[in-house]
Amino acid sequence: MKYMLLIYVPESRTAPDPAEAGPMMEAYENFNKAVAGAGVWIAGDALHGTDTATTVRVDDGGTRLVTDGPFAETREILGGYYILDVPDLDSALDWAARCPGSQNGGSIELRPLVEFAAG
Amino acid sequence: MPDDGRVVAGVEAVFREEHGRLLATLVRGFGDLDLAEEVAAEAIEAALVTWPRDGVPRRPGAWLLTTARRKAVDRLRRDKGYAARLALLRADAERAEIVAAPAVDDEDVPDERLRLFFACCHPALPMEARTALTLRCLGGLDTPEVARLFLVPTATMAQRIVRAKRKIRDARIPFRVPATEELAERLPGVLRVLYLVFTEGYAAGTGAGLQRLDLVDEAVRLTRILLRLLPAERDVAGLLGLMLLVDARREARVDGTGRLVLLADQDRGRWDRARIEEGQALVVRALTGGDPGPYGVQAAIAALHVEAADVETTDWPQIVALYDVLARIEPSPAVELNRAIAVAMRDGPAAGLALLDALRDEPRLRGGHLLPAARADLLRRLGCVEEAAAEYRAALELVGNDAERDFLADRLGEVMPGS
Repeated sequence: MKYMLLIYVPESRTAPDPAEAGPMMEAYENFNKAVAGAGVWIAGDALHGTDTATTVRVDDGGTRLVTDGPFAETREILGGYYILDVPDLDSALDWAARCPGSQNGGSIELRPLVEFAAG
Repeated sequence: MPDDGRVVAGVEAVFREEHGRLLATLVRGFGDLDLAEEVAAEAIEAALVTWPRDGVPRRPGAWLLTTARRKAVDRLRRDKGYAARLALLRADAERAEIVAAPAVDDEDVPDERLRLFFACCHPALPMEARTALTLRCLGGLDTPEVARLFLVPTATMAQRIVRAKRKIRDARIPFRVPATEELAERLPGVLRVLYLVFTEGYAAGTGAGLQRLDLVDEAVRLTRILLRLLPAERDVAGLLGLMLLVDARREARVDGTGRLVLLADQDRGRWDRARIEEGQALVVRALTGGDPGPYGVQAAIAALHVEAADVETTDWPQIVALYDVLARIEPSPAVELNRAIAVAMRDGPAAGLALLDALRDEPRLRGGHLLPAARADLLRRLGCVEEAAAEYRAALELVGNDAERDFLADRLGEVMPGS
């Protein structure tokens, strides 16, 4: 059984500047070590804030509607996720538009993963 | 020529033209809009110091580019963390397209502005950021200038631009020209941004003046640039034609006191003939060779208006036919509204009113003054004084522009003296 842990934080605290993150980063590193040591870790990432989010949905005519911002309608819940490694937002949008999740009334919110500089 | 203000202003106008090209080339090279903006500004500053002293270089564009690149390299040497982040960006950009750094043959710098258009007008950005970024990056306006154009405080506009640039960087909105098969989906978004800049200037949503001509001029200038970059795209020609044909009437649209003058009452001798001729040629270009785009059709409608001697002899049947085409390729309540007005001119006010009645429950027209204003005019022409007055009052509640408000109030006073 696999679980996805969704970490909800105040909008202002997503994607902290690596230089300022100090104690929180340390706490996360400890947690990372713990889950890795326990052999339960599959994948985990920090997301950029919702102001970087883009939502795509494809209507029945196949027309792609791209909008700025997260998907805010509360009636829908997060039903699954993919992590894809692609060059830029345009190719991510291409994949999202091909994914069944963006069709038949559904929509997909795209959030870039934070890339921490190596070292 | 020590401190001649006019010379400096002339030089600044040249730089504003040059700025978009320079910025686009730098973004292409470094993949980062912030860095590109910073060093482009520094290069222009350097030119303002050295050119008056040493003379303008033989190839000003190449001089600016070389200077800006040198400053960027310095900056990256000083700031290793920044350089590391940029290296990440570049690595991904290179996955998207294998490019050699564009060779700067200093004879002519390649024009990379099309990439910048598609990035600034990307659908993943909020619309208000798209218009602002386009004016700033491609129009070469600074943030206070853009803020003034949109009548918002500079701090608000600065925040809007910073947010948009952060999204471009963090969500990795690419600086790329969509492939031919994507163009049909993406180009309308770019045209829409330019059209919004134009309409915001032509019929200002808020403010004292009816027209904000600086905004109109910027929209025309940017659309000219886009047409030079995409000469085969007929709807770009259509959009520029539409803008020129509408803007040709600017001197006649307001009277000496800034009041709105309706098409029927305009002094057609004051229309700008040069703009009309250029617009007409663009309409031909937009409508030749295949199905017309929405802007080409609207330009053709505008051309029929300016080609008539007066409102009575305007070719209304042809205008209705063009609205039929427009309703088919780009259906919207606004198109239906304008079509109803044209039908009223062709078949009489009652026929137009029947069509407007069908739009009464249209949610996209609710809250706007256009529908009640159109109904008021047709009711007035039918002699339904009470009903016309009620619609004028409804329109007055909703209108945001002072010149249009004055016009509606005058008409209300005419149908119902003393109200």
